[in-house]
Amino acid sequence: MSNEDPVWILGTSMTKFGRYADKDLIDLAAQASLGALDDGEVTMAEMDVLAAGCLYEANGGVGQRLQKQLGQTGIPVYNVANACATGATAVRTVMMAIKTGEAQMGLAVGVEQMGKMGMLGADRAARSDKQVFERKGRFGSVVGVEGRLGTNMMPGVFAQAGMEYAYENDGVGFEQFAKVAQKNHEHSTLNPLAQYRKAFTLDEVMSSEVIAYPNTLLMCCPTGDGSAAVVLVSDEKLKTLSREQQQRAVKVSASVLTSDPWTEGCQVQPDVNTLTRNAADAAYEASGVDPADLDLVELHDCFATAELRHYDNLRLCEPGGAGEWIDKGGPWRDGEIPVNVSGGLLSKGHPIGATGVANLFEVATHVRSEAGDRQVPDAKVGLAHVIGLGSSCGVHILERSGL
Amino acid sequence: MGDETAPDEIGPKPMAMVEYLKLGDDPHLVANVCKACGASYFDRRNACAACGAREFSAERLANTGAVRTFTIVHRAARGVPAPYISAVVDLDGGGRVKSNIINIEPAPDNVSLGMRVRLATYVAATDDDGNEAVAFGYEPEAA
Repeated sequence: MSNEDPVWILGTSMTKFGRYADKDLIDLAAQASLGALDDGEVTMAEMDVLAAGCLYEANGGVGQRLQKQLGQTGIPVYNVANACATGATAVRTVMMAIKTGEAQMGLAVGVEQMGKMGMLGADRAARSDKQVFERKGRFGSVVGVEGRLGTNMMPGVFAQAGMEYAYENDGVGFEQFAKVAQKNHEHSTLNPLAQYRKAFTLDEVMSSEVIAYPNTLLMCCPTGDGSAAVVLVSDEKLKTLSREQQQRAVKVSASVLTSDPWTEGCQVQPDVNTLTRNAADAAYEASGVDPADLDLVELHDCFATAELRHYDNLRLCEPGGAGEWIDKGGPWRDGEIPVNVSGGLLSKGHPIGATGVANLFEVATHVRSEAGDRQVPDAKVGLAHVIGLGSSCGVHILERSGL
Repeated sequence: MGDETAPDEIGPKPMAMVEYLKLGDDPHLVANVCKACGASYFDRRNACAACGAREFSAERLANTGAVRTFTIVHRAARGVPAPYISAVVDLDGGGRVKSNIINIEPAPDNVSLGMRVRLATYVAATDDDGNEAVAFGYEPEAA
């Protein structure tokens, strides 16, 4: 095959996100993987490569443990971790294997089992009470910096990312951020795979417990368990498969991964914008798709404050106009470009390793017109975005087969 | 360390909570500034993340600036008093720093984007030998 030939999603599946006390990580990954293989009408024996994304068991040989449940066929396994972009990185690993011609078909799976982990990003262990100060770490600190020199915990970091947008642009405040959560919770009521499926009024969102202003409890995504998987296939191989497989295949028109380039202040406040803009621009360029062409977008709404910024970063609204865009209903499922019709991370859930695959499942399911109650009418093209702090950003553009 | 009491003096010592805070009569922050492009860092770098150059000089940063963004943390890490205001401050003359906004009640009405602030220090903790860890935050200039 040539490097210009597209790679296709042949099959995809995800578990419902939630909390599974009765299943382990591998049970979840196996469920999604077998679902994706069945959906693509292929078997593990036909896979040339496997990539497994999992953050919290990154050193646990998840891919090989998964093979023990699916079939030990001796193919190369890549275990990947890349913060919240872990799942997208697993997909890209299989993509690259196909693009280089090393593989014709491969399975990418993302999985996480977090249970009720609480807030991420805090100091892991409190220092003991009995102590004599000594300098530790790259900043030579004598006591923990969390909460003393600002916050590094996720709700606050992303609150600051949102408030920085409010500083730079008019028409953005607590209410606009809260509307994001109102929208995504409303959307989730149509998605049977979502962890939470409850609608809230704007007032309920704004008056729920403040976690890190302006993010209230209902503006923060939950932790949870779940898995999602895709089977990818080369263009050449797809042409040898059945008519139905070709028609249900979803074209990966762009697959981009970026990291954060240096920007002023990025050492004290992670810049989640530049790498997202870079990834989006590269994806639009590679696919020839214009933001106005998009029928739906699944973006990384780990916190409501983050989603609002990404309208602008992904070029869904006028520059600086994210506040105005949500005020006029642009990202609602009946709006200009529906965003997070799955319920997003805020309600669908965010088992970290699974997230960057689950958003491909969602977009693929819509462009196949198989999304049931939540189907965006006649969706043909969509974009999936994830971002992991540190930082890493994955953007994929998917299109209906046309074959 | 010039910013700390001489070691032969008896009694507890004030210690800057982080090395980039310098104490003494005129507490201030010091950054490692890239000699080639001017990018500044609070930790050590092998090469500049902005331009790749390898030489840095320690430079004093201004004590005043403006609030670029903030959050009010209500659900804090274990052992951290809440609520508190975390903020990023654009320093006059360059450099950006994250810390708490202190000496005001942590409520949305009391802090605003672009608000002028200045550096202030306080004792954050004391160890079993009586040494004091001195932290820095920013307080409203108007106060």
